[in-house]
Amino acid sequence: MSKAIVLYLHVHQPYRVRHYTIFDAGTDHEYFTAPYDDRTSNERIVHKVAEKSYIPTNKRLLELLKDHPEFKLSLSITGTVLEQLEKWAPEALKSFQELTATGRVEIVAETYHHSLAFFYSREEFETQVRMHREKVEELFGQTPTVFRNTELAYNNDLAYWADQAGYKGVLAEGWDKVLGWRSPNFVYRPTHTENIKLLMKNYKLSDDIAFRFGDQSWEGWPLTADKFAHWLNETPDATNFNLFMDYETFGEHQWHETGIFDFLKHLPDQWLKKEGNSFMTVSEACDSIEPKDEVDTPYTVTWADTERDLSAWLGNSMQSSAITALYELQGPILASGDWQLIEDWRRLQTSDHFYYMCTKYFNDGDIHAYFSPYENPYDAFIAFMNAYHDVVFRLSTKGARV
Amino acid sequence: MKILMLGWELPPHNSGGLGVACYHLCKALAKRDIDIEFILPYHAPFEEDFMTVTAAHPQGAKVVLANASAYDSYKYVFDDGHEEWIDIVGQQAIYEHAVAKMVDSREFDVIHAHDWLTFRAGVRAKMKRNVPLILHVHSVERDRAGGADGNPVVREIEETSFLMADRIVAVSQLTKDAIIRDYGIPADKIEVVHNSIDHDAFLALDGNNAYRYLTEMKAQGYRVITNVGRLTVQKGLTNFIKAAQQVVMREPKTIFLIVGSGEQYFELIELAADLGIAKNVIFTGFQRGKNWRDSFAIADLFCMPSVSEPFGIAPLESIGFGTPTLISKQSGVKEVLTNSLKVDFWDINEMANQITAVVQNDALRDELQANAHRELERMSWDTTADKLHGIYRQHTEGVPA
Repeated sequence: MSKAIVLYLHVHQPYRVRHYTIFDAGTDHEYFTAPYDDRTSNERIVHKVAEKSYIPTNKRLLELLKDHPEFKLSLSITGTVLEQLEKWAPEALKSFQELTATGRVEIVAETYHHSLAFFYSREEFETQVRMHREKVEELFGQTPTVFRNTELAYNNDLAYWADQAGYKGVLAEGWDKVLGWRSPNFVYRPTHTENIKLLMKNYKLSDDIAFRFGDQSWEGWPLTADKFAHWLNETPDATNFNLFMDYETFGEHQWHETGIFDFLKHLPDQWLKKEGNSFMTVSEACDSIEPKDEVDTPYTVTWADTERDLSAWLGNSMQSSAITALYELQGPILASGDWQLIEDWRRLQTSDHFYYMCTKYFNDGDIHAYFSPYENPYDAFIAFMNAYHDVVFRLSTKGARV
Repeated sequence: MKILMLGWELPPHNSGGLGVACYHLCKALAKRDIDIEFILPYHAPFEEDFMTVTAAHPQGAKVVLANASAYDSYKYVFDDGHEEWIDIVGQQAIYEHAVAKMVDSREFDVIHAHDWLTFRAGVRAKMKRNVPLILHVHSVERDRAGGADGNPVVREIEETSFLMADRIVAVSQLTKDAIIRDYGIPADKIEVVHNSIDHDAFLALDGNNAYRYLTEMKAQGYRVITNVGRLTVQKGLTNFIKAAQQVVMREPKTIFLIVGSGEQYFELIELAADLGIAKNVIFTGFQRGKNWRDSFAIADLFCMPSVSEPFGIAPLESIGFGTPTLISKQSGVKEVLTNSLKVDFWDINEMANQITAVVQNDALRDELQANAHRELERMSWDTTADKLHGIYRQHTEGVPA
């Protein structure tokens, strides 16, 4: 039986809001510009991540692609990170372009601003998907055919939308509650759809690499490429192993010292040793593998936390108040015709802002804290709301009723 | 007349109203042929010459450094080079011993001690030198504990000191009643002397208000309700936010400005969001200088919904900056301020009702302010100092009270 590894990496950076006070609101509109040394400095973070992760990892990925004609992968790159790379790390952008130039790196469709617009405004959501497609066409010369929603937030409605919009496939978390007794290692068809296929993340295998790789107390440690290939070969009934993870797994979440790059380097050799094994991009998997069954997802699943829902972004009332207030402005914002204002409003839609306000693990000092440039969720909320107030101010000075 | 004044804080190095009140009190007293030596528990620069400020620190301590807040631990640096952080109860004990040593080499006619942290030092000084002791009560433990019993150690210090004192000065009738009720002190031992306000603080500042966003919103027909103070249980802000929700339901164009920091900061932010009024409640954190002043000036109404406020100077400051007030009936300041809206701190509906009335009626707002300002103009620290001077004389000249 032939089996494929479907490796998909997610690349994203938000425009973080600086320490923006109510005294700044109405005075300066530079929410996204912090002093270079500040924790919220987007320029500094992009410099750091380009140097520490994007450039060295792309170099290794390019070598892999050159050494192994069968090696393939898919990337999702948000519009907000692409813009920031253009401005502050053109070399890193070029290294991504070199990857796609091999013809074996596919870009996945998503919203330009890494937003949760699907759940608040279908019109705005479609605009951002279009903006992203145009950006990808401009920078990479390809048109995405498989869709992923921000945070892999997925339900039947999204599948229906993506099917109607003509996508070949859509990505989702292979969460047990959705799959039931079924395995994520097949291609599925969402219920109520006609053509689209569903690729569901094998979170166990993905997390072995993304989260557990460097953990010396983990029973699987040390994870070598041949051990991993062995696990996959031993899995009796499977067509595709969907390994979905953050791009920053390589070099940022798992440091170089863990041996993560050696793992990556040897994976193609070890995997391709066995006949019938291959690598596929997400669209190839959709094209070549027949759906095994229908999957019904009436409620929204995401790839975050043990809950696999939107609670990390919308679970507390600060988060829901902030996002609701923001989307309430859509009418006057779009009517303003002020492109800078519209763009700032869109940048505030990026899901990371709401993630920083998450309180559910605040006391544990866990992964949420690690990724936040703020001292606590309340500071994140206040900075965001002050930026929101300034957006209202700008609307008001343009004569909008607010 | 020489006064040994025992206090815990003075501006600019103070955490609250206590230091400000002490400062103005002493400044007004100093105009009356009264020499004051003010003993602080820490070293701080004091550049004015109307009184002498001395640091009391323990034998062997080279320097005592206060943190940002007067109620945190202090760092004691000793002669032998070692350093120690000492908590608040430890500090008041150290202060007592240091003051007890200092009084041997000083002459004074009256000891005047401000709040529990200095009371034991005052009692020791009285016992050693047999000089009249006046205890000035700016708050009792129940006030600081937001209506609960509070720390029994502190209550014991307060009670024994009240019994030992020659006279007790309370900043309001409310506080006098609390001393009678909580400590069983006879009413005729307690004198009410209200705080006042320093009019120099209200000199006009240049420039536009620091809140440009609020300025714009007001031009759009919004009204701004403000609270300036520590975010602690004592200040009653939970009820205030609940009242805010009711106001916003009726008058969506209302913005509540919460200026200050404190242990309820996170809790209040979440409460506002839980009640669905996150857009309408702005938290600024701690502010000083122009931002602080403009927090009053930008508002249409200043609210002090305190559960317990022995005096409460902020409403007078607000009126001085041009904004009328709503105060809780559980505040001492209500005894000297007639032209203010007044509510029980627990009566959320009535609080919402009165705030809504101001939001809907600029005439009400303006009338309240005009009349309150006339009241304010008549207030002076000189009145406060005259009363205290009279009390000093009663105890030094043998004139019975």
